[in-house]
Amino acid sequence: MTETETMTVREAIRAGLREEMERDEDVFIMGEDVAEYGGVLNVTEGLLEEFDERRVRDTPISEAGFTGAGVGAAATGTRPVVELMFSDFMGVAMEQISNQMAKMRYMFGGKTDMPITIRTTEGGGQGAASQHSGTPHTWIAHFPGLKAVAPGTPRAAKGLTKSAIRSDDPVFVFENKMIYEQDGPVPTDSEFTIPIGEANVEREGADVTVAATQRLVGESLEAAEELAGDVDLEVIDLRSLYPLDTDTITESVRKTGRLVVADESPLSYGTHAEVMARVVEDEFYSLDAPLQRVGVADTHIPFATELEDEVVPHTEDVVEAVRRVV
Amino acid sequence: MGSIPIDTTDGRTEILRRMLTIREFEETASDMFADGEIPGFVHLYIGEEAVGVGACSALEESDYITSTHRGHGHSIAKGLDPKLMMAELLGSVEGYNNGKGGSMHIADVDANMLGANGIVGAGPPMATGAALSASYRDADEVALGFLGDGAVAQGQVHEAINLAATWDLPAIYVVENNHFGEGTPVEDQHNVENLSETAEAYDIPGFTVDGMDVTAVYEAVAEARERALAGDGPTFIEAETYRYRGHFEGDPQAYRTDEDVSEWREERDPIDSFEERLLDRGDIDEDELQTMREEVVAEIEAAVDFARDAERPAPEDAYTDMFADPAPEIERFVGDLRADGRGGDSQ
Repeated sequence: MTETETMTVREAIRAGLREEMERDEDVFIMGEDVAEYGGVLNVTEGLLEEFDERRVRDTPISEAGFTGAGVGAAATGTRPVVELMFSDFMGVAMEQISNQMAKMRYMFGGKTDMPITIRTTEGGGQGAASQHSGTPHTWIAHFPGLKAVAPGTPRAAKGLTKSAIRSDDPVFVFENKMIYEQDGPVPTDSEFTIPIGEANVEREGADVTVAATQRLVGESLEAAEELAGDVDLEVIDLRSLYPLDTDTITESVRKTGRLVVADESPLSYGTHAEVMARVVEDEFYSLDAPLQRVGVADTHIPFATELEDEVVPHTEDVVEAVRRVV
Repeated sequence: MGSIPIDTTDGRTEILRRMLTIREFEETASDMFADGEIPGFVHLYIGEEAVGVGACSALEESDYITSTHRGHGHSIAKGLDPKLMMAELLGSVEGYNNGKGGSMHIADVDANMLGANGIVGAGPPMATGAALSASYRDADEVALGFLGDGAVAQGQVHEAINLAATWDLPAIYVVENNHFGEGTPVEDQHNVENLSETAEAYDIPGFTVDGMDVTAVYEAVAEARERALAGDGPTFIEAETYRYRGHFEGDPQAYRTDEDVSEWREERDPIDSFEERLLDRGDIDEDELQTMREEVVAEIEAAVDFARDAERPAPEDAYTDMFADPAPEIERFVGDLRADGRGGDSQ
């Protein structure tokens, strides 16, 4: 039995960062306010003291510049972990992300690795309004050459952070900021990792599959409790958006015949559509009901609490979606 | 290839040879493009040879460069093999990028040449990163980012320089002011007389040098390299030069006249003037110069022969080189394209 410790998502990511920095001298962290300040969401808090300013570096506020520097550093013998404070800011750095980071290996004929990790935060629920609440992970998952993970539990947060850092490919870790305080068991073994591209069945069930990400994993588990005795939900944490673990999803749908995809991103052309397309391609004849998606209705995240509550999906939205398929 | 000592006869003749190699390579590429043998876009460096060769000759093999659209010259100056470059221009699997990059993306990370680049201003942030890496690893290495005058208007260039200046990174930024950002004159794109004034904003040294004089560029970069290695941070060098060809091959160049070009070409050509200097000094005589020219022509002819005979990529090569750890998606979708049947299971 693996030894575990109860920790929050925030602590689990920090532990993952710490372990990889201890393991590999080439790993360093840079980003806005990550050092002295400890990150505006406190994920890197204390790492400056544990390491030093060579390993934990405050950058100027210039996402294109320091993301690009991460690309150059990754191509020349180091393993940078770049924090983009809010994923909405990816737009500022998108040239370096899309044309350099994503394409270098391919355009160079496979002759360079790109061992860069981008950590960034997502999610509504803080009243932070449209420019600090988005969930643009489908930009990255859609773009060839990039990998994207979006953990829904502390265990996944640590395991995927570590795998992202060890990977020779560019990996984006999308951290939902509303679950930083959520706690759970996390393996303490410093060699514990979770492979990129593996989903996890968080709860087994017979009637409906809910494929969820990030905060909606926990809320789908709550939905399962609410529906227990009535509808038996199987809840999958997708964990990895690209690559996506098609097998785990289709295996579940083969059993349940019903699928709800719950992901806090705009509904059009996104994570939901991709999961469903693969299920329809591979398991069409296992389906007993139309598919349902829970997400953001193609709006931005508004400021006022009433509006934000309306837009951001929660447990009751998962429950309603399940009701529609049974 | 290590640095080339410009204060020795052998060094100077090697520098001349490299400039001649670039020009021969590019005149050949121009003809092959006109004949339809090279597809895509080709942006030539003819006229600017002194900048790339002057700068790269002052660097060690372990130093990094990032390049621009106009990367053939930087590549040859950094010691890349014209055979593998020409093979890449023809899209051969034997080219530097296995035929996936072409003229605009020639790269050889083994030679620390981090790629020509199709995006104006994208190289300097990566040069900053290579300098960060060198500094992080405590290596005696510098990174030099080439950029055009047009790129000085790009925001990420300024972010890159600010970062390198703030962290005292061993970086050198060399602006090739060839007087046109694509088809628009430099004075219509910037409000300063000299682009090197940019350096003032970052409190780093900034110089404008004669980019038609290989010695001037060499000396400026050698000095900047020393400063970088001493921990004194980046240097910004503007090299005033001129491109004889259009922005791309086939550019009708309505923005200037033949007289504008010939003024530079006839009076300030970097190769002619360096040849004259070497002849005057007695580093080389007319016969030796003629022999060198013939050798360069033969080298490029051999490169063309190699490229024409080189293996073509197989269609399925389009799906390789994406990731170090492959994603199952690519095989899955390639399987779909080939309609060879997945059955009820994706794997």
